[in-house]
Amino acid sequence: MSSSEPAAKGDIRAPVRGTSLAALRRSTLFYPLIGLAVVCLIMVFASDSFLSVNNLSNVGRQVSINALIAVGMTFVILTGGIDLSVGSVMALSGTLAAGLMIGGVNAVLALVACLAVGVAFGVFNGALVAYGRMPPIIVTLATMGIARGLALIYTHGYPIDGLPGWIAFFGSGNVLGLQMPIVITIVVYAVAWLVLERMPVGRYVYAIGGNEAATRLSGVRVGRFKMVVYAVSGLTSAIAGIVITARLMSGQPNAGVGFELDAIAAVVLGGTAISGGRGSIIGTLLGALLLGVLNNGLNMVHVDPYVQNVIKGGIILLAIYIGRDQR
Amino acid sequence: MGEVLALKNISKAFVGVQALSDIDFSLLGGEVHALLGENGAGKSTLMKILAGITRPDGGEIVIDGVPRRFQSAEEAAKAGVGIVFQEFSLIPDLDAVDNIFLGREKRGRFGLLDRTSMRRAAAGIIARLNVELDLSVPIGRLSVAQQQFVEIAKALSQDARILILDEPTATLTHTEAEHLFRVMRDLRRQGVGMIFISHHLEEIFEICDRITVLRDGRYIGTVPVAGTTTDALIQMMVGRRIENSYPPKPAGSGPGRVVLRVSDLQLEKDGPVNAFELREGEILGFSGLVGSGRTETALGVIGALPCQRKRIEIDGRATTVTDPADALRQGIGILPESRKADGLIIPFAIRDNISINNLGKYRARLGLIDGGKEVASTAEVIRRVGVKAPSMETRVETLSGGNQQKVVIARWLNHHTRILIFDEPTRGIDVGAKADIYVLMRALTARGYAIVMISSELPEIVGMCDRVAVFRSGKLVNTLERDAIDPETIMKWATQERTDELV
Repeated sequence: MSSSEPAAKGDIRAPVRGTSLAALRRSTLFYPLIGLAVVCLIMVFASDSFLSVNNLSNVGRQVSINALIAVGMTFVILTGGIDLSVGSVMALSGTLAAGLMIGGVNAVLALVACLAVGVAFGVFNGALVAYGRMPPIIVTLATMGIARGLALIYTHGYPIDGLPGWIAFFGSGNVLGLQMPIVITIVVYAVAWLVLERMPVGRYVYAIGGNEAATRLSGVRVGRFKMVVYAVSGLTSAIAGIVITARLMSGQPNAGVGFELDAIAAVVLGGTAISGGRGSIIGTLLGALLLGVLNNGLNMVHVDPYVQNVIKGGIILLAIYIGRDQR
Repeated sequence: MGEVLALKNISKAFVGVQALSDIDFSLLGGEVHALLGENGAGKSTLMKILAGITRPDGGEIVIDGVPRRFQSAEEAAKAGVGIVFQEFSLIPDLDAVDNIFLGREKRGRFGLLDRTSMRRAAAGIIARLNVELDLSVPIGRLSVAQQQFVEIAKALSQDARILILDEPTATLTHTEAEHLFRVMRDLRRQGVGMIFISHHLEEIFEICDRITVLRDGRYIGTVPVAGTTTDALIQMMVGRRIENSYPPKPAGSGPGRVVLRVSDLQLEKDGPVNAFELREGEILGFSGLVGSGRTETALGVIGALPCQRKRIEIDGRATTVTDPADALRQGIGILPESRKADGLIIPFAIRDNISINNLGKYRARLGLIDGGKEVASTAEVIRRVGVKAPSMETRVETLSGGNQQKVVIARWLNHHTRILIFDEPTRGIDVGAKADIYVLMRALTARGYAIVMISSELPEIVGMCDRVAVFRSGKLVNTLERDAIDPETIMKWATQERTDELV
């Protein structure tokens, strides 16, 4: 006999996707939104020129590099991993692109090679993590050193200058009145959102972070998708490498030192759990914006750069403290 | 001995749900008092209130005649209430001594740890329990039962005279449980009052003096063990009589064709080599003691554990199964032993948990997921297995054990599986949900599914299985057919070394 009431069975309605306040309150976006709003509000009062088109455009451009790297970082952290190699991979990809262009290689080919190197590094990271069963923090700490070393070897430690003029388009070009780095960032976020929220891969990414053993036993090839997330991280780092090379009109082997920390900060400020399984790409964008507005604002009110570091660190701690029990 | 504890009119509401209303409970010194009820009846909430972890909305806790109001677990511990949690609160890397005195370390000169005196005190308590225990190895290397003794020792070290044991036997083998009962009897003689929570009625009859039954957060009654029966207790628990918990086995349709033949399975080097067949429409039991290799064999088949050797035929065709994804492709699914650790993706909603391994079915343009198709198909399978929840967007962590189990089963029915491995499908779920799962399993076999059921519950094995493979020390020692399936025969094969010669 069955003990469940027939009436209670099938009592499962289709999801109610409301945008009610309660739903927002539960969302991982709640605190990042409030944080960004508060910081913006303070800046509006602290500085007259904060809301100027010129300044906002500046913020956007400055944020774009970190925001791009943070996309890949979001994928990785959602699975419960971490990628410390992003800044170095950005430098390696950027200098490689610059070097190839100087060497007279076809422009498209140079960019493709740059992206390919980023992806290759990611796949290497992912393979060691997924199939070599090595902890991500150690693997990517090592490849962080390797990628930086390769960039320095390739450039002999000197910036690569004298790039062809067209590359500047990616750094300071304009599309529909928007700076090119901002356009690239928007496109990358749109694609990342689709992948994470509307494609099977995205569901697997969240599932692996939520419970890797259960995901594997239910027949998902976990190793394959771990490779994918690190590859995405390498790819977005390489895209950031193109943008920064184009902005500086120079391939800088020392670019991106410490960028992994900014990216991790953006992801975590965006409400993504460092243990994986919960979070969102929109949150990461909010987190990156929050950091960018903070940077911009502290500069505009002429806070000593040394003091700025202390303030930023404090704000990150505060944000994590507020959001710590959020589930 | 007199009354050491009285709970009077305890009430507690969580957001919108009345978890407990007017619960009375009394415990005598030197008594083992069972707290019985289906999952969600309020046992855990009541115990958390007693242990100072949760604060009641109303009612009174009286210990030794003195009304108490606990603000924290520490206060409850000081008042003599010890609790042994279902999931241990021990640190696996520390030894027993360090665990017992964690947070209350004895200090000697210069504020350094006084290990000698802690060790002596721990040894004294362990001796009181009359158990063998190596105090100097990390807890993680001890057996589950031994870890439980350390938990009990920890409570006793704080002079607990009221000891709460929350499903202590759920993870123990039969022998280990017997050992625990011996310890409990010793403690009873020493005047410790114990509250014992278990889903196993036979254990309650073996060890307890009185039984209090809760249902839906209400007090139903307290009866002495001597004056009651299993049927009466079940009726109190469920409020209705369950005539026969097992659906009838299909009679005399004859064995179906073999869908899975495992002929040469060796997990460890120089370990035993096993072989078995699984037929269409049957439930094949994997019985044996905990640790006898039942689960490992199943995991080996689906490629979740590495094997030294493995030969598998599906539908008479030789094949290889390299990992669970490959197993799924060939129509094999598993309901893992631990829902939380290996079954559910806890942060996910019901819908996401079910569709995680069938997303390919809902592929629309550009590789996107067709949300409408996903919702429709998931709703259909939820109806089929009878998951009860407000909506398919409900997070699985809020569901009862039985409903969680149905969610994991639903994951496989949404797919083209034909072979299902159910590992302890009814562990820790209430009587009603158990019956649901049994009915569901029979409904599946009637549709041609072949099921392997791994279970430590002999009545369940006997009541549900068409054939039973018995494991001992990693070896499949015998497969029993219909009439030969009875508890005594199974236990004989599962435990006796000599029967090897009969094979």
